[in-house]
Amino acid sequence: MTEVQTNSRATARIVHGQAGRSGPADFDIERVRRDFPILREHVHGKPLVYLDSAATSQKPQAVIDAMSHFLLKENANVHRGVHYLAERATDAYEGARARVQQFLNAKEVHEIVFVRGTTEAINLVAQTYGKTHVGADDEVLITAMEHHSNIVPWQMLCEEKGARLRVAPITDAGELVLSELEKLIGPKTKLVAVTHVSNVLGTVNPIRQVVEMAHARGARVLVDGAQAAPHLRVDVQALGCDFYALSGHKMYGPTGIGVLYGRSELLDEMPPYQGGGDMILSVSFEKTVYNKPPGKFEAGTPNMAGAVGLGAAVDFLASLERDALSAHEQDVLDYGIRALAEVPGLRLIGTARGKASVICFVLDEVHPHDIGTILDREGVAIRTGHHCAQPLMSRLGVPATARASLACYSTRQDIDALVSGLGKVREVFR
Amino acid sequence: MSAELRDLYQEVIIDHSKQPRNFRKLEGATRTAEGFNPLCGDQLTLYVKLADGVIEDIAFQGAGCAISKASASLMTAALKGKKPEEALALFGRVHILLTEGPSATVKPEDVGKLAVLSGVWEFPMRVKCATLAWHTLRSALEGTAGRISTEGEGPD
Repeated sequence: MTEVQTNSRATARIVHGQAGRSGPADFDIERVRRDFPILREHVHGKPLVYLDSAATSQKPQAVIDAMSHFLLKENANVHRGVHYLAERATDAYEGARARVQQFLNAKEVHEIVFVRGTTEAINLVAQTYGKTHVGADDEVLITAMEHHSNIVPWQMLCEEKGARLRVAPITDAGELVLSELEKLIGPKTKLVAVTHVSNVLGTVNPIRQVVEMAHARGARVLVDGAQAAPHLRVDVQALGCDFYALSGHKMYGPTGIGVLYGRSELLDEMPPYQGGGDMILSVSFEKTVYNKPPGKFEAGTPNMAGAVGLGAAVDFLASLERDALSAHEQDVLDYGIRALAEVPGLRLIGTARGKASVICFVLDEVHPHDIGTILDREGVAIRTGHHCAQPLMSRLGVPATARASLACYSTRQDIDALVSGLGKVREVFR
Repeated sequence: MSAELRDLYQEVIIDHSKQPRNFRKLEGATRTAEGFNPLCGDQLTLYVKLADGVIEDIAFQGAGCAISKASASLMTAALKGKKPEEALALFGRVHILLTEGPSATVKPEDVGKLAVLSGVWEFPMRVKCATLAWHTLRSALEGTAGRISTEGEGPD
């Protein structure tokens, strides 16, 4: 076993010559796990095995502490008062924005807009950029593997504008058919909205290539980064995308806070999203002058503690050695795929070559909900159902699936507990 | 296996889920209703043939978990020959059993063979699986839901 560390901050360190719980030797998994207090919980008398991080990740102590500290010591409304606490709160809130800018390698800090989550980020773009740039007979292109949140806002926009929603196909393994996607980008395509990592298939999409194809034909690209942000290094400048959306709660931060990254020149010309305080420079009953981005898109008092928590989550991720983290997550993923493939009657869904942190499966003659209930009694938490991707379920020809999803704190032992739980499932349904 | 799990997945439940009774399209149905569980994607089509004021025949098709399939199967087996108001009254008792568990109000023996569903109440997340068929039945009998179709009752 790894030596006991008392420091609760998650600084990944090199542990030489031993593997700790599992996985590559240079990732101190025991230490990372100690940073997540909830992992010490028991469920139905069994130690919690949390394999539902794609739904929401657990929170490290540092995030919990940062939010608590803000509420205990720094809370006041931002951008308003001249008093001491107002200044502290504004610094904390804007400090979080600067951390997110670094995290995404955005060129400018004002390219980071705080929103409630990925869903709101996509709706914001649909309702502002979409409303002014997508007209009758124009087209918006999405893919067959999108989450409902990257389908429905575009459907609503297309319906309103008389535009057409088109869908790029995927292979049976769950990979984008790039040649088909390219053919679907035409002169009428105003926007391509694509997920970076599929929440069902785990597929990592070749965003740079999609961006090049779209830009060559004058279309803008929005990337749904909800599942990518906790696992991949995201560099919006290298990706070249126009918009990037993410949720705090999937990357070790709290719920109710997320980010829309938008390229400066696009945010500048976009109309505001909602009207209210903070998004204005001056208001009279005759005319209102809007604030500059990001304020223009942040009407009302924002989720300040949430932003502070997200900032702490970014710090937490930055404190982990990213190559070691990637290697660890890949190790558990590969181990999980191998172990599940050997379970009798189990079929893996989503077998793309490049995958991140999601293993979806179906079991012969056992519905995913029954799998979920039985695993729960073993302390194993997985997601079951359609994963907010009903069109993808139809494409795959399954009404629902079971999904185990991983995070930095996941281990090979978690996978072992899952496999052993699946044995119990077979026992019940034998 | 825990006692709760054994109560939930009783042999009769597993049997009905693997070999659901009345699992077919019913030709000559006078009422048809479709039930969806939007949270989990369960889908069920219920066919009812009403004749002389009783449920002469009843059948279903669809995809769902063991609990929803077994519940639908047990329901169809229990309702043949019953009047619609008797069927709905039985749903009332089953609903109490599923949501509140066996009590003085509703004892397992009050619902006959459907008593095997009484383990569900310990799993609140699964109650909706067990009630899907019944809600669909109510739609079919009362004709309240938008998805109700009344094929067989029209001129053709």
